[in-house]
Amino acid sequence: MTLTGRVWRFGDDVNTDVIAPGIYMKSPLQELAEHCLESVDASFASSVQSGDIIVSGKNFGMGSSREQAAQVLEHLGVAAVIAPSFGGIFYRNAFNWGLPAIVCAAVNGIEMSQRIEVDLAGGSITNLDSGISVASDAIPDHLMGLIDAGGLVPYLEKKLKD
Amino acid sequence: MQQTIAQKIIAKAAGADYVSPGDIVTCAVDLAMIHDSGGPRRAKPILERLGVGVWDASKIVLISDHYAPCVDAESAAILKLTREWAAEHNILNFYDQQGICHVVTPERGHLCPGMFAVGGDSHSPTGGAFGAYMFGIGATDMAGVLATGETWIRVPGTIRIHWTGTFGPGVAAKDMALKMCAELGMDAGDYQAIEYGGDTIAGLGMMERMTLANMAAELGAQTGIVEPDETTAAYVQSAGADPGDWQAFRSDEGADYLTTHDFSANELEPQVAAPHSPSNAVDVGDADKAHIDQFYIGACTGAKLNDLEMAASVLKGRHVAPGKRLTVAPASARILAEAMRNGTMQIIMDAGANLLPTGCGACAGYGVGTLAEDEVCLASTARNFQGRMGAKTSKVYLASPYTVAASAVTGTITDPRDLLGDAP
Ligand code: SF4
Repeated sequence: MTLTGRVWRFGDDVNTDVIAPGIYMKSPLQELAEHCLESVDASFASSVQSGDIIVSGKNFGMGSSREQAAQVLEHLGVAAVIAPSFGGIFYRNAFNWGLPAIVCAAVNGIEMSQRIEVDLAGGSITNLDSGISVASDAIPDHLMGLIDAGGLVPYLEKKLKD
Repeated sequence: MQQTIAQKIIAKAAGADYVSPGDIVTCAVDLAMIHDSGGPRRAKPILERLGVGVWDASKIVLISDHYAPCVDAESAAILKLTREWAAEHNILNFYDQQGICHVVTPERGHLCPGMFAVGGDSHSPTGGAFGAYMFGIGATDMAGVLATGETWIRVPGTIRIHWTGTFGPGVAAKDMALKMCAELGMDAGDYQAIEYGGDTIAGLGMMERMTLANMAAELGAQTGIVEPDETTAAYVQSAGADPGDWQAFRSDEGADYLTTHDFSANELEPQVAAPHSPSNAVDVGDADKAHIDQFYIGACTGAKLNDLEMAASVLKGRHVAPGKRLTVAPASARILAEAMRNGTMQIIMDAGANLLPTGCGACAGYGVGTLAEDEVCLASTARNFQGRMGAKTSKVYLASPYTVAASAVTGTITDPRDLLGDAP
C-alpha cells in the first residue's frame, strides 16, 4: 500500500491535549476537529486536506488515553502520521481508527508542504521534491490488517462474519 | 534465552516460547477490567454493531467507581446503564460502588502473578504490583477485547528501576513515585515495561507496591511490574485466589534490560509536587508555602488501608486547622470497614475529617468533593494536571498521605516527620 501526500510538519512532543483539546471534548467530533492542533498551528484544521500526511518530531501523541486524538485526525482526512516515536496509547488508538502511525527515525530532511510517497508495508518514505528516500519501520502485517479494514471495528466486523 | 517478567508473561499469552522486544503479537487476555465511565456505555454500541456478546463473562471485572455515587440525573443514568449491561451479559464480577477499580480488582481475588490483563483506565499498570502484565487501553480497543478475548501488543523492552536501602518514618512509596517522576521525567517509561526491584521494593507491602505500579503511568510506561514473591503470594491467597506458579514469573538472571536506574531510599525525603505535573516534585522542605483550601486523602493511589493508617498516625490526638477542610474518600468499601474495625477511621474522624463515599470521588473531577475556581488542594492522588480535580483554575499539589495529613493539621505544607508520634 502506497500513499502520496502533502506534508504538515510539527515538532517534538505533540500531545493529545493539543490534538484534541480538553475543553472541546464534550462537543461533537466535528467541532472537536475544528480545534485540532490549533495551539501549534492555527491554520491546520481549516487548511488540511484529505490525503495530507503529518510528519513530526519524537513522542507524537503523548499524554492521555483519549482516542479522540486519533479520531479527529482521521476525521480531518489525515492519511498517515510519521514520527521517530509515538505516545504508546495514541499509537494503538491510531491503528484502531484506521490511521497509520509510521515510525521513522530519519524525518529531518522532510519539510512543510513537500510531497512525499510512503510505502507502508515496504518501509520507505520518498521525498518527491528532493528525490531522497529514507527507510521507515515497516508496518507489521497485523496492523496493516487494521489499516486495510479501516480500523478495529470494521476489522472485527469482517473477521467475525468470516 | 534469558527473559524478563514482561517477556515471559507476553510469550505465555501469545502461545510462544519466546518473544523479542519490538515483535507484535496477539495475546489471549486473562482479565479485562472495565469501569462505568469507559466501559459499558462505550462498548455497548460497538458490540451491538458487531452483533456479538462478550467473549467470556468470567474474565471480565466491571466496577462502578467514577460516577459513584451519582450526583445528578446524567451520572445516575450511567450507573443504571452499567447495571443493566452487567445483567444482560451476565457479568458476575460486578462491583457496584464498592470502591475503585484498581483496588477492588485485586482485593476480590481477580489478579494473579503471570496474568496478561487489560484495563479500560490509564492507571491499569497498578495490576503490575501483583506480578501481572496489566496495561490501560482506549474504549474501542477494550470493546475489541470484550468481543474476542484477544488483543495485540508490541513486546516492550524492560526498564529496570532498582531501589536499595530503607526509608525513614514519615516517608512512603508515594514519595518514591514522586521522586522518580522528578528525576526521570514523565516520558522516561517510553511505553516500555518498568520492572521495579531491589531490597527496598522487596520490603514493601502490597499496598505500597500498588502505589509504585500505579504511578508507572505517570512515568509514561505501558506497565510497572513488581517481581512476585512470598508477599505477593500471601496477598493473592488471602484474597481468595490461587497464586499459582508465581516463581515462574520472575526475570531470569542476565535478562536484557533497556536501561537500569538506581535509587537509594536511605536519604529519601517526603516529596511535594507543585501544579501541574507530578514531575514538579521537590523535598518537602523546599516546597513553597502555598495557600491550601482542601486536603484530600483519596484515590487508588492514596486511600488504601495503609494510606489511611499513615494519615491516622499523624492525626492521632490532633485536629484539622481552623478554616481548612480534610476530605477523605477510602479506596474501597472493604478498606473502610477494616479501617473502622481497627480504629483508624475513629482517629481520622475525631481529627475533624469529612468522609466521602468510596469511589474515585474528587480525583478526576467527576464525583463529589471537587474544587471551585482558584481553590488549591493538597492531595494523595496520582495526577495534578490543570483543572483535574474540578474548576479549570483550581490547582493541585501532590504528596503522601502522611504529608497531606500533617499539612491539614497546620494548614500549610508541612513535613510530616515533625508531627509523628503522640500529640503534645
Ligand atoms: S481514583 Fe483517580 S486515578 Fe484512580 S481510577 Fe479513579 S480517577 Fe483514576
